[in-house]
Amino acid sequence: MRRLLFLIPAAAFALVIAAFAFGLGRDPSILPSTLIDKPLPAFDLPPLRPDAAGLKTADLTGEPRLLNVFASWCVACRVEHPVLLRIKAEGVPIDGLDWKDEPADGLRYLVDQGDPYRLTGNDRAGRAGIDLGVAAVPETFLIDRHGRVRYKQVGPITPDAWDRVIRPLMDRLKAER
Amino acid sequence: MTAEIGQLALILALLLAAIQGIVPLAGAWRLDPALMAVGRAASLLQLLFVVIAFVALAACYGLDDFSVALVYQHSNIAQPLVYKLGATWGSHEGSMLLWVLIVAVYGAAVAIFGGTLRETLQARVIAVQGLIGAAFLGFLIFTSNPFLRLNPVPFDGVELNPVLQDPGLVFHPPILYCGYVGFSIAFSFGVAALIEGRADVGWARWMRPWVLAAWIFLTVGITMGSLWAYYTLGWGGWWFWDPVENASLMPWLLGTALLHSSLVLERRGALIAWTILLAILTFSLSLVGTFLVRSGVLTSVHAFALDARRGVYILGIIAVMTGSALLLFAWRAPALRTGALFSALSREYAITLNNLLLLAAAATVFLGTFYPVFMDVLHGDKISVGPPYYRATFVPIFLALFVLAAFGPMLNWKRDAPRPLLARLRWPAALAGAMFLGVALVFGIQRLVTALALALGVWLIAGALMVLARRWRLGAAPWAEVSSLARATPLAVIGLVIAHAGLGVTTIGITVVGAWQTNKVLSMSPGDSVRLAGNTVTMVGLRPVVGPNYQANQARFEIAGPFGRRALVSERRLYPASQTTTTDAGIAVGVLGNIYISVADRNPDGGLTVRMWNHPLVDWIWAGGLMMAFGGMVSLADRGLRVARVQRPAPVWSAAREAAVT
Repeated sequence: MRRLLFLIPAAAFALVIAAFAFGLGRDPSILPSTLIDKPLPAFDLPPLRPDAAGLKTADLTGEPRLLNVFASWCVACRVEHPVLLRIKAEGVPIDGLDWKDEPADGLRYLVDQGDPYRLTGNDRAGRAGIDLGVAAVPETFLIDRHGRVRYKQVGPITPDAWDRVIRPLMDRLKAER
Repeated sequence: MTAEIGQLALILALLLAAIQGIVPLAGAWRLDPALMAVGRAASLLQLLFVVIAFVALAACYGLDDFSVALVYQHSNIAQPLVYKLGATWGSHEGSMLLWVLIVAVYGAAVAIFGGTLRETLQARVIAVQGLIGAAFLGFLIFTSNPFLRLNPVPFDGVELNPVLQDPGLVFHPPILYCGYVGFSIAFSFGVAALIEGRADVGWARWMRPWVLAAWIFLTVGITMGSLWAYYTLGWGGWWFWDPVENASLMPWLLGTALLHSSLVLERRGALIAWTILLAILTFSLSLVGTFLVRSGVLTSVHAFALDARRGVYILGIIAVMTGSALLLFAWRAPALRTGALFSALSREYAITLNNLLLLAAAATVFLGTFYPVFMDVLHGDKISVGPPYYRATFVPIFLALFVLAAFGPMLNWKRDAPRPLLARLRWPAALAGAMFLGVALVFGIQRLVTALALALGVWLIAGALMVLARRWRLGAAPWAEVSSLARATPLAVIGLVIAHAGLGVTTIGITVVGAWQTNKVLSMSPGDSVRLAGNTVTMVGLRPVVGPNYQANQARFEIAGPFGRRALVSERRLYPASQTTTTDAGIAVGVLGNIYISVADRNPDGGLTVRMWNHPLVDWIWAGGLMMAFGGMVSLADRGLRVARVQRPAPVWSAAREAAVT
């Protein structure tokens, strides 16, 4: 009986390693997003700035755009931020969804880091995030002119990912009718 | 040429590490002194060749050899020399080389300084250390070769990530690695003891300085990392629960537990198997932390997930290393001598509780960090947790730990009585109570948690000082006796007092800055003034400046407060090579708090968006961390004396000393 006690650490460790091995087998950035080629779920979020408009699903049609999910407490978002500013400078519309964040914190973040977004909505309770299937910030959805999700980037958009993957996809969506 | 020398040195080091890992094990088994001596020699030679490889890589950086792929990716000609050299360990491959270097240093240190150890034990420790080194040298050579060449040779390199171009980068990773890898010695001691079937007081006495040294490095490393984040990320946050931060916190928590449990083993011969288990787990968590967060199991800024082979190799190393150690534990530990008994009110018991709380804290961090992986296994979806999770789980555990931390050093070994214990702690309790009531009365009921945390900070500091007061018989004995007792205080006790008080200082810093920080955001032009927390902040100048490899908008401020005037400079930098901007915040440092100003880009109206914070007592967070590390150093100085004295055959003496030191 006492011997079994000493086996507990090894057994627990085996379980952890099994989980890791399973996790390693799949790329964490490829998520089986159920939203691909489907319309965005409905949400209507309050704005970060009191005087601005919020963010609702109906706004996200008409031309291809990016929807970037971020939070002021997210370190990776800070890394991604300069890329978003660059994308904005290239004339691609981005809307921001501030996820699980106090509006004041989110606003402070944008004032400090620069604001790349056209519209920004605050999802304080994280409801819209659940509907979108957000696992961890940052995530970015590529949305076509009909408001359908066409691609999902998990983790920060690196300059490389923008140049090689997302920008070409964007150009293709622009050409679509 | 230099790169090839480095490559060759690495291969030789791998062969030597394999010899170091195998021959002394056989030697210890057959009690053959010659074979055991081979291990010592191999560990020194292995160190020599790893040093050669490391110097070779540093030389490639220093000489701008862009034919080496790694140098091309992480350096360029305009980069200042110190950051060229710092870039040696700024990449994945380079940091692995640093890691291997430190493993080799520790192995050689046991060979050089371990002469007083039982010879078989020393041989086995060196062997296990050699196996660890071999595993990582293999990883380096086969999956992360730092010396790969490029053809054709580029004219200039890309650039080191500007966020990393900071004095912090030069010191932070080596110090942190000395901490992580330092625990490899504890692991080697633990496994060697299991192979040997013997772990006694002498074993613990030998291992503890190494654990303490590693713990000091890790404490300084975490403190520096937090400070670095504070002034580079541009908004004054000091801890983010990022996987990489958690990776350093987990081994720190278990290392702290190990430090305390090995104290019990050393003094009282108890908690033997538990201490060995902690030694194994602490290093395993260093491994899991440093590598798994980067292996692609988790999405992280720091991931090198592009190459799946690396992740598989790392997981293999961890599985084999920790797995075999834990199986060895399951097999051999039940036969180890069980330790002395102690009552439910004794210092041993308090330390056991401390260990359980630290283990629970480490477990919550582990679960939080790897939650997305576990959720994926169970439900097939990925969810990560944020700061609210840690506030709800980690913080309460630590509050309980703080309550305990003042009790522990006040308890007698073996057994104690509740009434005298409470009498000993009446002053700390009174001060903490006063703090709680004061804060609760002044700031009202909604500040209850703040009041509690502040009271605990006071409780920790007063409780630590009480250890000295009690030992010196302050107020109970005549002054002459007090001063002679004070002079006779062992350094270890002073170290304990400083470290525990440091914990209190950190607690107060965290609490005050969390509760009372204020900030303002506004557009300012030179000449504008604004009030912030009793200070007047004036922008006195704004001009563009050009650095060695960046351009910046530099804003100068003057802060007039109740304690005089302070100047402050804040910059927004653009690094043209990689089109990256960074914020170089200006911070006016003060004992009572910092004024922290970061500037963003220019507004269309010509002003500059300025964001300023008042961070009361924020420096206490790091001051407390450094106090903990300093306490460890003081204690280590004492240990040096005692280890030297242990060589004398003096069991009677140590028993007498134990009675004298309570």
